[in-house]
Amino acid sequence: MRGGVLPYFLAGWLFLIGLYGVTTSRNFVQLVMCLSVVQSSTYVLILEVGYRVGATAPIYKDVPVGTRAVDPVVQSLVLTDIVVGVVVVALILSLALQIHKRSETVNPDDLHVMEG
Amino acid sequence: MTRRFRTVVFAVGAAGVAAFLAWGFAATPKFGHYRGPYGNILQKHGVQERHATNIVNAIVFDYRGIDTIGEEFILFAAVMGVTLLLRRQREERELGPAQERAEERTLLQTSDAVRVASLALIAPTEALGMYVVVHGHLTPGGGFQGGLVLAAAPLFIYLAGRYLVFRTVNPVGILDFGEGLGAGGFVAIGLIGLVSAAAFLQNVWPLGQVRSVFSGGMLPVINLAVGLEVAAGVVLVVYEFLEQTLVVRSRG
Repeated sequence: MRGGVLPYFLAGWLFLIGLYGVTTSRNFVQLVMCLSVVQSSTYVLILEVGYRVGATAPIYKDVPVGTRAVDPVVQSLVLTDIVVGVVVVALILSLALQIHKRSETVNPDDLHVMEG
Repeated sequence: MTRRFRTVVFAVGAAGVAAFLAWGFAATPKFGHYRGPYGNILQKHGVQERHATNIVNAIVFDYRGIDTIGEEFILFAAVMGVTLLLRRQREERELGPAQERAEERTLLQTSDAVRVASLALIAPTEALGMYVVVHGHLTPGGGFQGGLVLAAAPLFIYLAGRYLVFRTVNPVGILDFGEGLGAGGFVAIGLIGLVSAAAFLQNVWPLGQVRSVFSGGMLPVINLAVGLEVAAGVVLVVYEFLEQTLVVRSRG
């Protein structure tokens, strides 16, 4: 495992299995969760790219500057994205809630006609 | 499109994507061997330049500050979208206060253990959230993480079976104001830099002693603003969803 490229395939697998869930889902809430899985695959991938064997966190409160640390840039990218992602999931769920109120269904297959 | 056909389309597409991913991964630098250069440069000079020991926080709110403002407004817009989508529709009406109490009695039969534990955890959670926000530039944490911890505390009020209390201590007006103040505060701090140093978000305040709470120039204040915005935004979203349980459709 050390030094290979196998860990990156975890991100690829998460991406595809999430997408599989989105295409086959029969429930909007489950569909949104699958979308979150797709999104997490990007976190896993970019955190893996910034990883460094045997390195510590890029925080120099208790360790001297210059200590071998992982890439802080990818961490800051993931950090903002997680918080924003949670709220965007809430936005999609509120759409699902309104669909349920209007059409009495949470199954994407039962929606055929656009309603105003 | 039938389900079977859709699955076939997915299988073909997924096979193609998987092949491309495998091709790309094969040429990616090996796992655990990050090459840089940006991370290396920031690790070398970040502490000295910004007097912040949490380099991740310095990147989020300083080196990549403008980008974070963009993300911040995605959050802001998403919260506004939730509020807008979940507002009371024409055919809906809210239950009256008497009915609400009756509903609350029937809906929330929490045990005493859950109730006591939730009430006992409110104060420590708020303290932890504030700690994570104000030490954001020193230790792991910051406005985003601390804001989420702060937003958890009102949920304990709900878990304690006090939904009506939750409603009264979280009036939408104050939450809206807090969210706007947080988002606007971040931009205002950026403008201070623009006016006094000719660059947006340029730090013009004293950097202070490294490893002290009062260090990092503008970073702690930006952390506070973002913490406020995230906390208010998340509580607002939760509040809007919980309000839905009190809204009933008059038809059907």
